[in-house]
Amino acid sequence: MDSIYKALVDIVGEDYVSNQKEELFTYSKDLGTSEPQWPNYVAAPKTADEVSRIVKLANEQNVAVVPLGGGMSLAGLALPLKGGIEMDLKRMDRILELNVKDRYVLLEAGTSQGKLTAYLHRHAPNLMHSEPGAPPAATIGGNLAIHGQGDLGHPYGFNSDMINGLEVVLPTGEICRFGSCALGNDWYTMHPLPDVSLFMGWSGSTGIITKVSLRLFPCKKINEQDIFLLEDEELVPEVLYELTHVGMAEDMMVVSQEIPPPFNRLHYVMVNIAGDTRDELEFKRQLMFDGKLAEYIKDGRGGIGAAGMDIERPVISKTSDWRKGGGFEYVGAIVPVTSYPQCYRHGVEVSARHGIPYTTLGRVLGTGHSMMFSWTFAFNRADEDTVRHSREALHETDEAVLKMGGTLWKPAVFGQKLVMKQMDEGTLQVMKKVKHMLDPNGIMNPGNWEVA
Amino acid sequence: MVKLNFDENKCLACETRDCLTKCQYLDMDAEEAGAEMEKIIAGKDSRVLHECRTCYACEEYCPMGNHPFYLIVQRQEELNIPPLPEPIIKQGVQLGIPFRGDPEIEEIGGRVLNMGVFSPLTHLARGKLFEGLTLMSTDSRKMHHFFCQLMYLHFARTSVINERLPAVIDTILAYKPTEVVHFHDECYGAYTSYAPAFGIEVPFKSIHLFEHLYHRLLELKDQIRPLNYKVAYQRPCSSRLSPDGHAYVDKIFDLVGVKHVEREYVDENALCCGSTILSQRQEGSRRYCLELQKKNIADMKQAGAELCIFNCPACMQTIGKQVAENGIMPIWMSDLCRMAIGEKPD
Repeated sequence: MDSIYKALVDIVGEDYVSNQKEELFTYSKDLGTSEPQWPNYVAAPKTADEVSRIVKLANEQNVAVVPLGGGMSLAGLALPLKGGIEMDLKRMDRILELNVKDRYVLLEAGTSQGKLTAYLHRHAPNLMHSEPGAPPAATIGGNLAIHGQGDLGHPYGFNSDMINGLEVVLPTGEICRFGSCALGNDWYTMHPLPDVSLFMGWSGSTGIITKVSLRLFPCKKINEQDIFLLEDEELVPEVLYELTHVGMAEDMMVVSQEIPPPFNRLHYVMVNIAGDTRDELEFKRQLMFDGKLAEYIKDGRGGIGAAGMDIERPVISKTSDWRKGGGFEYVGAIVPVTSYPQCYRHGVEVSARHGIPYTTLGRVLGTGHSMMFSWTFAFNRADEDTVRHSREALHETDEAVLKMGGTLWKPAVFGQKLVMKQMDEGTLQVMKKVKHMLDPNGIMNPGNWEVA
Repeated sequence: MVKLNFDENKCLACETRDCLTKCQYLDMDAEEAGAEMEKIIAGKDSRVLHECRTCYACEEYCPMGNHPFYLIVQRQEELNIPPLPEPIIKQGVQLGIPFRGDPEIEEIGGRVLNMGVFSPLTHLARGKLFEGLTLMSTDSRKMHHFFCQLMYLHFARTSVINERLPAVIDTILAYKPTEVVHFHDECYGAYTSYAPAFGIEVPFKSIHLFEHLYHRLLELKDQIRPLNYKVAYQRPCSSRLSPDGHAYVDKIFDLVGVKHVEREYVDENALCCGSTILSQRQEGSRRYCLELQKKNIADMKQAGAELCIFNCPACMQTIGKQVAENGIMPIWMSDLCRMAIGEKPD
């Protein structure tokens, strides 16, 4: 019997390891345009100790380890580019502690967003976490590893800024803790100890996050969505500036897409607001619509498209339905809010050139400090020509983002190389040192963020 | 030639000026109303064109059978006085563009039910009350082919209606229906009021949903068990185009054994749900809309309504939640009728 397979069976048990093609097939795929990449093994550990033992085994055998959460990145970030062991973390999904008064939850990193949301609804309905726009199967750890953002992005920024502590298995197998938990205390803060947490944004190439203390925030009784419509993209930054000035929203996104027609060449500023009472909501609406935006309504440049709707996340996966064979992938970038018009126009132009209905979305981060902007490209999985067009549009957009002064978010390998090519040499060398120090054998998600 | 059939002489001869003096949103006496209507007829600016809430009611108030509302809306467009901000108009106009292929049409040669653009609500048209009616527009991806376009009255875009409505009529006609029962007041109004007013030919017979429900209930009378609720009715704006259909509301309520509560804002005096007022350009429209909604719901409450009956999806979407939060159950007219014959609404 294959010695690595046998060692994995010893660690996680026979039911949670496989080297069979039909099971490896599933793990060879990504939902986006990436070509399939086959692992040699898949293992699903249950504990940090099992994760550590697998990593040590990988070092001994000099095979790659690729951590996998929900597999929702679309950019192929958890594909085994160099084979090896695909480590499926979804069994590590226990919610370990809910601290209502100090507003945090301690959980295993394979916990899905949907599970946490359901848990909080049941056990702490007055608290919430910042759930990303990804499907509920996306995991907490996976989202942090890519610097994800969620539906509390406006008041609190990136989800990776909302952690109170981490447990990580290093590429050499040591289990480390960061934050107040490193002192043996409760998991209530990440700061103010010296900053040695080097795992966010690395897509799992510097370690495997196994536990997370996640900040929780007040969840009001009534949550509703209002929509403000604009036709001129140049007005979007100033409207967002006005809205962020009053600071009444929980989440603010701007959506424009060619299909369906009511969204075409229009900008839907979607404003999520919350209140414990109707009066609280009305107070917030007055500040936003009767105060800051009244002039736009009066002169006809902007209008209230809807008010008091149930909150619906813009599900960009719906764009995969615009073609037969439903596939889609997007480029995400962090850009200044003032870049919105330029980003939008690029989306319209590049999509038209590749025969794809355009879909763009911007989400405000912080008090208008930046915006996550995404360009989505649909393709037919059964039609290689449309896949090629989408891939080219993605690559052209990666390049355009950097030219516009944007910063690529969770880039695929193609984008990572572009970023590193443009990166300050000193920064690049620090990345190289960090990677080599933590992962001397280069076994951890190889191919990602590899500094030449 | 599509042209509004508006009789200026009739209008100028009118003594009551009900179209504007009865308006719930404009405060105007007969003298001023006459002067403003003269301006509108002459194609001149008028405060009415700026202050109209587009509630359709003046179509019903007009004692001369003229079409004051259609004229107001047409003038708003001609004089570029849009009641709504431009992005809202653009969104609305684009809403009616079909984009997912043509519907598959089979000749029916009998009575059909037209859901209009509301084919996602076909669950409201089930059970014994709808037996014998063949549904058109069941595919929600193709619903825009059946969209009567009348919504654009709120947008001051009669040009859009006039351009698109003939094709929608052709689509319905392709089913070769003997009669068309329209689920929504708006569709019924489009084919029985708007189209004739603009000289657009409608070569099929239209029946209002309430007329259909009433006659089916009569046929199923032995199965009706009185529901014994106190109900209010949220009259939609497009019902102003079909007072004949509105007349069936109380007849249906009597048949199903519910009491239509006595309230101020009922029938001719009904209040708009606020859907379009919310977004209008007039200063303070959002708050005005809220006040209107509060006044409307408070009136239902004070009258002791347990249920509020809706037929318009826009009304339901706009104030259904608020109605429920005030302890009054929002319910569709068709569901109320189904309950009366012992069916459980979907």
